[in-house]
Amino acid sequence: MIALLIRDLALAIRAGGGFGLGLAFFLIVVVLVPFGVGPESAILSRIAPGILWVGALLACLLSLDRIFALDFEDGSLDLLATAPIPLEGVVAMKAAAHWVTTGLPLTLAAPGLGLLLSLDPAAYGWLVLSLALGTPALSMIGTFGAALTVGLKRGGLLLSLLVLPLYVPTLIFGAEAVVRGAAGQSNATPLLMLAGITLATLALLPFAAAAAIRINLR
Amino acid sequence: MPPFPLPARPPIGYAKRMDLTVQDLACARGGLPVLEGVGFTLRPGRALMLRGPNGIGKTTLLRTLAGLQPALSGTISAPPEAMAYAAHADGLKPTLSVEENLRFWARVFGQRDIARALDEFNLADLAHRPAQNLSAGQKRRLGLARLLVTGRPIWVLDEPTVSLDTASVALFGAAVAHHLRMGGAALIATHIHLGFEAEELDLTPFRARPRAMDRFDEAFA
Repeated sequence: MIALLIRDLALAIRAGGGFGLGLAFFLIVVVLVPFGVGPESAILSRIAPGILWVGALLACLLSLDRIFALDFEDGSLDLLATAPIPLEGVVAMKAAAHWVTTGLPLTLAAPGLGLLLSLDPAAYGWLVLSLALGTPALSMIGTFGAALTVGLKRGGLLLSLLVLPLYVPTLIFGAEAVVRGAAGQSNATPLLMLAGITLATLALLPFAAAAAIRINLR
Repeated sequence: MPPFPLPARPPIGYAKRMDLTVQDLACARGGLPVLEGVGFTLRPGRALMLRGPNGIGKTTLLRTLAGLQPALSGTISAPPEAMAYAAHADGLKPTLSVEENLRFWARVFGQRDIARALDEFNLADLAHRPAQNLSAGQKRRLGLARLLVTGRPIWVLDEPTVSLDTASVALFGAAVAHHLRMGGAALIATHIHLGFEAEELDLTPFRARPRAMDRFDEAFA
C-alpha cells in the first residue's frame, strides 16, 4: 500500500502531475478577493477566515477528478482491484496522496495568504490548526465522490455537485473555529466537531468508496 | 560451488499448484446474461484458449474469473487471488520509466525481482525510458511483463497479442510456455497460435438463451 502512495506522489510531482495547481489556485482566489471587496483592512480582516476556508475548499475540489479517472482510463484501477491489497486500502492511500499534494501545502501556505487579507494576528495559529484538522476530511470526502463518478465521461461537474454539499459541515466548523479564535473566545467546540467529522470520514468513507468502485468496475 | 547452475527459485505463487474448475457458470454484461452453463477444468501446466466470435462474452468470462464482477450463478474453484489478470489496457503510467512501472506492480503484489520479467520480454535496454516514449508494441510487452512480477499461478489474459509483432509474439509465447513448465496455468482469449500445445474451448455453445424468447415459446406451445 505504501508503494501506491509513493507512486501517486511521484506521479504528482512529475510533468503534468498537477502538484501545485491547487496551491496556485488558492493563491489567485485569495489575491482576487481584495480587488473585489476593496482594500479596507477592517472588512478584509472580518471576512478573512471565511475566504481562506472557502478558497482552500475550492482548491481541494480542483484536483479531485484526477484521483481515480487516470487510473480508470489506463486500466490500473482494474489491476489494483485484482491486486492483493484491499480496495479500501487503495482508497485510503489515494486520499492520503491527495491530502499530501493538496491539503498539506494549503495548510502550510494559508498563514502567508492570511497576511494578504490582514487576518487578525491571534488567528494565525487557529487557521493552521483548523486547516490541518479539516483538510483530511476534504480529501477523504472528495475521494469518495471521485469513486462514485469513476467511469463517467466528463464526470467532473457532477463530482463537484456531489461533493460540495458534503463539504458544508467542515467549512462551517473550520471557519467558525478561526473566527472564535481571532475574537479570543473559546473555540474548543468547533475544533472538536471538525476533528470528529474528519475522524468519521476517515473511518467510514474508505468502505463506501471501495464499494462504489467495485460497482463501477463491473 | 555446485558444478552446475542451480535452477532459479520460482516465486512463491508457483508453489501452490492449483486446479481451476469452473462449473455451470453464468455471467452477465451490462445486466444481460451473455454466457450460461460454462464448465471446464484447467490443470497446472496447461493452457486453455478461449475461442468464439466477437461479443460472445470472452472478456466477460475472464473478468468474472478475475473477480472484477460477480457471477450470476455457478462455481469457480480457484479464488481471484490465484489469478493474474491482463486485458487491453496495460496500467502503465506515462511519466514513470519502464523499471519504475514494473517495480511498482511488483511491490503491490509483494514481489521483489523484476530482472527476469525485463529479460523475458526483452525490455532491459528500455528500463530507464519513460513509458510515454515507448511504441505500442513495447508498451504491450511491458504490460505483459507485469504478469511475471505478480507471482500468481493462473494467468487470465484477454487478447494479449494485440499490437505485438511476430518476434514479440514469440517472446510472449516463450514466457507463457515457461510459466506452464513452472507449474502455472493460463487461460487466454486469442485468435492466433502462440507456439505451444494448448486445449481450446469454444464459447459458442454456452451463449445465454434470451429469456424473453423462452416465454414467447411457452406461450405458443
